[in-house]
Amino acid sequence: MTQIEEVTLDELKHLVSNRAITGETMMLNMGPQHPATHGVLRLLVELDGEIVINCIPDIGFLHTGIEKNMEAKTYQKAEVMTDRLDYLNTVGNNLAYCMAVEKLVDLDVPPRAQTLRVLLTELQRIASHLIWIGTHALDLAAMSMFMYTFREREQILDILELISGQRMMTTYIRPGGVWRDVPVEFEAAVRDFLKTFPKRLDEYEGLLTRNPFILDRLLGIGKLTKEQALSHGVTGPILRATGVDWDLRKKRPYMGYEEYDFNVPLRTEGDNYARYLVRMQEMRESLKIVEQALNRLPMGPVRSDNRKFIPPPRSEIGTSMEALIHHFKLWTEGFDAPKASIYSAVEGPRGELGVYLEGDGGPKPYRVHMRTPSFENVGVIAEMAKGHLIADLIAIIGSIDFVLGDIDR
Amino acid sequence: MENKLEKIVQAMQAQFKLQVEEFRGEAHVFVGVTQIVDALTWLRDQQGFELLSAMTAVDYWPQAEPRFHVIYQLTSVANNLFLMVRVPVNGDQPEVPTVSGIYACANWREREIWDMFGIRFADHPDPRRILMPPDWEGHPLRKDYPLGYEEPQFTFNYEEIDLRKPYAEE
Repeated sequence: MTQIEEVTLDELKHLVSNRAITGETMMLNMGPQHPATHGVLRLLVELDGEIVINCIPDIGFLHTGIEKNMEAKTYQKAEVMTDRLDYLNTVGNNLAYCMAVEKLVDLDVPPRAQTLRVLLTELQRIASHLIWIGTHALDLAAMSMFMYTFREREQILDILELISGQRMMTTYIRPGGVWRDVPVEFEAAVRDFLKTFPKRLDEYEGLLTRNPFILDRLLGIGKLTKEQALSHGVTGPILRATGVDWDLRKKRPYMGYEEYDFNVPLRTEGDNYARYLVRMQEMRESLKIVEQALNRLPMGPVRSDNRKFIPPPRSEIGTSMEALIHHFKLWTEGFDAPKASIYSAVEGPRGELGVYLEGDGGPKPYRVHMRTPSFENVGVIAEMAKGHLIADLIAIIGSIDFVLGDIDR
Repeated sequence: MENKLEKIVQAMQAQFKLQVEEFRGEAHVFVGVTQIVDALTWLRDQQGFELLSAMTAVDYWPQAEPRFHVIYQLTSVANNLFLMVRVPVNGDQPEVPTVSGIYACANWREREIWDMFGIRFADHPDPRRILMPPDWEGHPLRKDYPLGYEEPQFTFNYEEIDLRKPYAEE
């Protein structure tokens, strides 16, 4: 039997106050198996009574070596790993990775594929925010919200299943376009969602936005200033709730985002409630983008016809020798990327989702680094929680909206 | 390269004497290990790069000089600009000064690079591993670290594989 060692504070001496070392304050271990930590996050909390003095996050329980694994796969095959990062934003991860590959090898994307990408990532953003509001409200004891939001999320997952055969790990977006064209039922399914969802969103707001119990838990709790947020590298709705107008879809439009009419919700308070309002408004804005994208969806090819990177359609292989060679080369060796490095970023539901990609002239990436927004966002828990009650820590964790797969990679 | 960015890079070149590369409109600036703290302080305070978007490293093993590049991806929210700063690091006892005093998020990112690449950050306030267990040996993202796997055990070879399985020491 392994002896269980007594845990001392020696290793963490530099992170806690002197009062913890003398035993005046209490160190409390929260997680990694704790329902309110939304996964396997461990928090070491220093408490004075019920007041949080210090909060030390401990991450890495879900580390799966995704970056190392991607280095051993060709550019096409490495893409399936990106789905597994942030499992609530799978389409967005695919988009970030594919855009990085396209930038590295200079590959074009046809207009229909661009519009489909925008449409699907915005649906995914809504689905991700639905999980956030469901679990956040569940933590705040509004249990029924969880059931309602999962009902709507199921509708979005059904649409993803319709186009790709998978509910979550779709890998539908591929370098140079999307996997294949959407089926005829797609438009009706999205129209159905567009029709039902605004009413549902009004119902959620009716349940929560002016609810005194929710206001008590959110208003003025977990404040973050603009300077703190920028210094800690926080992006996405948390940064926008502190009053910084930074949305990559507006500032650095990609996939034709400059042609869509939508607003970027901003608040200046920087507390839990501001983050709640920003995300709620973001769902409405995403809905606007989905509707515009569906209305303008142009006809045409959904994948680039650059045969050095994209395999030819099955129909060509039977008649064209060249197509057969391309097919064989692409599926055995993959395509080569230049010896260079790029950084490409998109706006995910949680913030800036960046990819650092370096090629070495061969068919496998030399180095892939996923800049995942949750990693930075969890780093500010201590700043937000200091001086609040331990019950408020639960509300703060919920309002950060992180995904452990995204942090640990 | 955009005009605004080109001006900043030129000003930086005059101040720090460095090499610049350009690829697909992105500027990659090479800064020496000794200059990095000054360069990032100057970029944040004088040029408005207030956000350290990403920080990572690349291993060029078996090349020894420089073996690593530490990469700082900076964003200027005020001017809407991006800049990549690369620091070549020697393979023998790699060490870089910490920038966690300039950008708070560098604290965790530097712990991650120490964990994954074994690059030390001098004067780091909290130099522990972050993703791997504290008693882990080696640095997984180094190129001389093999991509490991686990042999699946079936009924017919369960015992055989069990004997050579690397269980934790008791």
